[in-house]
Amino acid sequence: MGGPITAFASGLLAQLGNDTTNGLVHESVQLAEGAPGFPLLPALVFTPLLGALLIGLIPGSRAELHRATAIITAVVTGVFSLYLLAIFDTADPGFQFVEATSWVSSLDIKFIVGVDGISLFMVVLTGILFPIALFAAKPEHNEKGYYLWLTVLMAGCMGVFVAMDLFLFFLAFELTLVPLYFLIGKWGHGRRVYAANKFFLYTMGGSALMLVAIVGLATMAGAGDDGGISFDLVKIANDGEISRDVARLLFVGFALAFAVKVPVFPLHTWLPDAHTEAPTAGSVDLAGVLLKLGTYGFIRYGLYLFPEASVWAAPVLLTLGAIGIIYGGVVAAMQKNLKRLVAYSSVAHMGFCVMGIFALNSHGIEGSVLQMINHGIITGALFILLGYLYKRRHTYEIAKLSGIQKVAPVFAGLFTLFMLASIGVPGLAGFVGEFLVLVGVFMAHRWWAVVAAAGVILAALYMLWAYQRVFHGEPDEENKGFGEIKLKEALPLAPLVALVVFLGVYPKPVIDRIQPSVASLIEHVEAQVPGFTEPTSQHGSELLGGDLDEGSGDGVSEDDVAGDDAEGAGAAGGPDDDEPQATLEGVTVTVTGGGS
Amino acid sequence: MELFPSDAVFTPDVSWVALWPMVVMALGGLLLLTISSLGKGRIPRPFYALWAVLTSVGSFITAIPLWAQVHGWEDAVLWYDPEVDPTGPFSTVGGVIAADGFSVFLTMLIAVSMVAVVLVIEAYLDREQDRFPEMFALTMFAALGGMVMVSANDLIVLLLGLETLSVAAYVLAAMDLRRVQSQEAGFKYFVLGAFSSAFFLYGIAFIYGATGGTGLVHITDFLAANVLLGSSGLMLLLGLGLLIVGFAFKVALVPFHSWSPDVYDGTPSPLVTFMSSVVKVAAFAGMLRVLVMAFESAGADWRPVIQGLAVLSLVGGALGAIVQSNVKRLLAYSSISHAGFILLGVEAASDVGTAAVVIYLTAYSALVIGSFTVVTLVARSGDRLHTLTDYQGLGRTSPLVAGLFTFFLLAQAGVPFTAGFYAKFSAVIAAVDAGTAWLAAVAMLSAVIAAYLYLRLVVTMWFVDPAAETDTSHVGVPAAAGIALAGCAAAVLWIGIFPNTLTDWAERSVPAVVQPAPPNLVESGDEADADVEFEVGPDGMPGMPGPMPGEMDFGELDLESLGIDPAELEAMLEGGDLGFDVDVEFEDPPG
Repeated sequence: MGGPITAFASGLLAQLGNDTTNGLVHESVQLAEGAPGFPLLPALVFTPLLGALLIGLIPGSRAELHRATAIITAVVTGVFSLYLLAIFDTADPGFQFVEATSWVSSLDIKFIVGVDGISLFMVVLTGILFPIALFAAKPEHNEKGYYLWLTVLMAGCMGVFVAMDLFLFFLAFELTLVPLYFLIGKWGHGRRVYAANKFFLYTMGGSALMLVAIVGLATMAGAGDDGGISFDLVKIANDGEISRDVARLLFVGFALAFAVKVPVFPLHTWLPDAHTEAPTAGSVDLAGVLLKLGTYGFIRYGLYLFPEASVWAAPVLLTLGAIGIIYGGVVAAMQKNLKRLVAYSSVAHMGFCVMGIFALNSHGIEGSVLQMINHGIITGALFILLGYLYKRRHTYEIAKLSGIQKVAPVFAGLFTLFMLASIGVPGLAGFVGEFLVLVGVFMAHRWWAVVAAAGVILAALYMLWAYQRVFHGEPDEENKGFGEIKLKEALPLAPLVALVVFLGVYPKPVIDRIQPSVASLIEHVEAQVPGFTEPTSQHGSELLGGDLDEGSGDGVSEDDVAGDDAEGAGAAGGPDDDEPQATLEGVTVTVTGGGS
Repeated sequence: MELFPSDAVFTPDVSWVALWPMVVMALGGLLLLTISSLGKGRIPRPFYALWAVLTSVGSFITAIPLWAQVHGWEDAVLWYDPEVDPTGPFSTVGGVIAADGFSVFLTMLIAVSMVAVVLVIEAYLDREQDRFPEMFALTMFAALGGMVMVSANDLIVLLLGLETLSVAAYVLAAMDLRRVQSQEAGFKYFVLGAFSSAFFLYGIAFIYGATGGTGLVHITDFLAANVLLGSSGLMLLLGLGLLIVGFAFKVALVPFHSWSPDVYDGTPSPLVTFMSSVVKVAAFAGMLRVLVMAFESAGADWRPVIQGLAVLSLVGGALGAIVQSNVKRLLAYSSISHAGFILLGVEAASDVGTAAVVIYLTAYSALVIGSFTVVTLVARSGDRLHTLTDYQGLGRTSPLVAGLFTFFLLAQAGVPFTAGFYAKFSAVIAAVDAGTAWLAAVAMLSAVIAAYLYLRLVVTMWFVDPAAETDTSHVGVPAAAGIALAGCAAAVLWIGIFPNTLTDWAERSVPAVVQPAPPNLVESGDEADADVEFEVGPDGMPGMPGPMPGEMDFGELDLESLGIDPAELEAMLEGGDLGFDVDVEFEDPPG
């Protein structure tokens, strides 16, 4: 283990500090090449599974061993994911660390894994959030099952993010249902059984048609010269030829599954229940990682596999994303239950991710990926804090809480930090992703961006209002005994605090790695969809500080987004657009400073 | 003048290799009955169980060289020697028994299922302190019927197998003398089963009328060569419809399913493992061979019917299960829903579909045997605790049994890395491949409804505290049942994680249109100087038993060793007074 960790540390430091030409980076890359025998990506999937197996074999009476095994497994997997981040080749937009093994030969199903800049951070997010969730929360009973299911869940999430075979992807995607079902049903609160059943059936229903769509795609597009069948993602994406209407139909099959998972309005109703009743670790992983299965799916299995259908469906999904942002914000403001409020805020934040993806330009998609990472970290941290709160007060009712800031200032401080990040205050992680999404959407569909921006205001409204009710004022009798956060509790949050600040101030290292993959994805879409060019309605250069007037002229000529006539009025360009650009200009430079 | 000398006897060629699995099963059952009646209770019961297990294993082993033979392996396997034995699929006993990948694989599946079933029965009898060696014997006879059904290449033989299977199953259903529901189940099963057999037989009669034969190969060839119009076409459709009704009864498809929840409920629980595995396998095998192989060219007629039955069964089974409070009835409805899934493979009418059916049947057998073994154990002494209330808090009182049951249930729901998922996946592939993706979509959506009923059971076991009337005693796992459970769980996991092997086997398990071997007229001689090739037309020929199925190619005959003068034959042929069509081609023309 020493080798990888050292290499990781040096590699990470080097990459964060400098550009890729640093000597240390080469060293770490060479180190990875020097150990070709170690299958890093399969290890990400199988380490948790191995841990689950071990936990299953340890007798139920040894609760401390279960916890230790789960934590060690999760930490080792996390270290693997960070090592992967360190040795990841920033400049390569394609899939790296690809491993392929035959699985079901006659159907050409293979165990293919690989990561690109987009999935890399999903893997890292999984690798960070799971150990933290394990550290931060303990079950009150049945430790064995709890740790077993959490490790299985980790394996499932890793599987989804590294899979490059449709069959493997679907297996991993579905596998995540079972552990979370048990986590909610057995270790949850309140109406846990109802919430668990709803979660399971809703998401299973969503993905039922995806299996049919996958098989359809594999038989139609996967057929090579021999008329066979293939589940190979890259092969289907590049060689598959299916008629436009069929592709759209199949896309709907995939999109439904992802839309439920994200969740996209109006398919979100399972989420508040599942979030609210889930145990803390379940909520953290659900919000932090599992929701990203949907948005990641939209990018990898929507945009990449069905470029034409994605362009076709983009207006609808953009609209649903915008509705989700507003709806989630309004409903969150109405909540009496603090956990439910955070859950509804997830609906709003994930709406940004969806909008970013279907802005179909690099700003939008990069922003969307960033927003996934940030939302995972922020909401994960908020749920951990809420878990601490529940442990002290055994309630999430806003009305029953008051004046906590007085008795537990550090706790309140931490909550403030993550709350502000969630609102999207500049300088903290939440801002960067949402801003890039807004820029991307603005370029593609102006008015949608206007609507979405209103969601940011709503976020401030519901978050600050709730904060005011819970933390301000005088603590009543019941809240006087609210214990301050302990060091043991604060430690798991420390990496999240660091990340929230770091990503808010300096997101460049992340964007650098996402950018090449997103660029190549957009190239792929442009190549596959005749007449489609990336909607950069007013030309990226002007928005990032170029000459304003000249840019407007260019913008009109280049603004020929295929199939997007719906927002013709907004995209017409012209002098009336000057003002918003002028506002945007300065801010963009500030934020993405290093990236331009 | 006789064409053939009277001492040339036409006996159907019997290839015992193809019959060994059945013979072993039949002999094992008969001997068991004999021994038990001679022993008169002096023989300990485990002996019978061991005997039944060994018979099943023996039946399985005798199928192995047959598997090698039909696949034309080039290495000797057990007593199969490629140098001597014919290779490839073949038929025997005058073409009524087929030996192809399909029949051999399903025979093996029945034999393996039997091992698990016998073990569960033994665990049950041990708990109930009953003797009943008949239970073993009857399951063995029923399994024999099943083996005949999967190999039947003739509608009449299929009916024979079906009756052998069913009559034994009727008695098995009524086996529990202490519970009146058991007798009711047996009676209900018998009456409705007799109905379905009647439908089936009536269907055979119509098909005979339309095509002039009952052999599946004959029907295949006849339908390929002829277009039936008017009353003949109607007769064929009627026959086909009645056959489908008969099959639908046997496998319990909506709307012919109403007997199955009652029968599952009443039948002693260990025997439900048999009914839901072996009986289903045999009935589906028969259905597939008849519809997909023999009536391939009539696909446009029967495929919509099967599609309709599939939709009804999928949705009806899933919806029917939701309102049940009895676990056995609930699983009965779930098996109706599974039957709908299997129909996706039948309906596809392709090799992919057949492979899907084989995979589904294999996975499903492991799943239901495992599930009903748990039901048997939880029912406790007297086989009486079957309501959802009796399962409350099982996760706490008996975590092992509850855990296994949960595993089997989730697998039935189609959770990844289990056999249940892979089976559904195969069925979806078959449906999509056949251009009926809509049916696959219906199936997957109904699987979500069905998932709810499995979740209900899971919730009951793990998330609900035991009610006051719930028996909270620990559910022990006897060794015999433990072996069966472990085997089923291992199979479910193995198929789920490494489906390659099963897929490979399933793709080899395709029914073949196997022409009957030529009657043993003579061994082809080395010094043949005047060989002829015969083709006998559909009207048959004198001296042969029954109408000959289809056109027959006798291959090359050595006329001299038959005592036929080539010149005389030539003259007869030219005279045209043979009374039947014959097409002779002289290799070495006389004169």
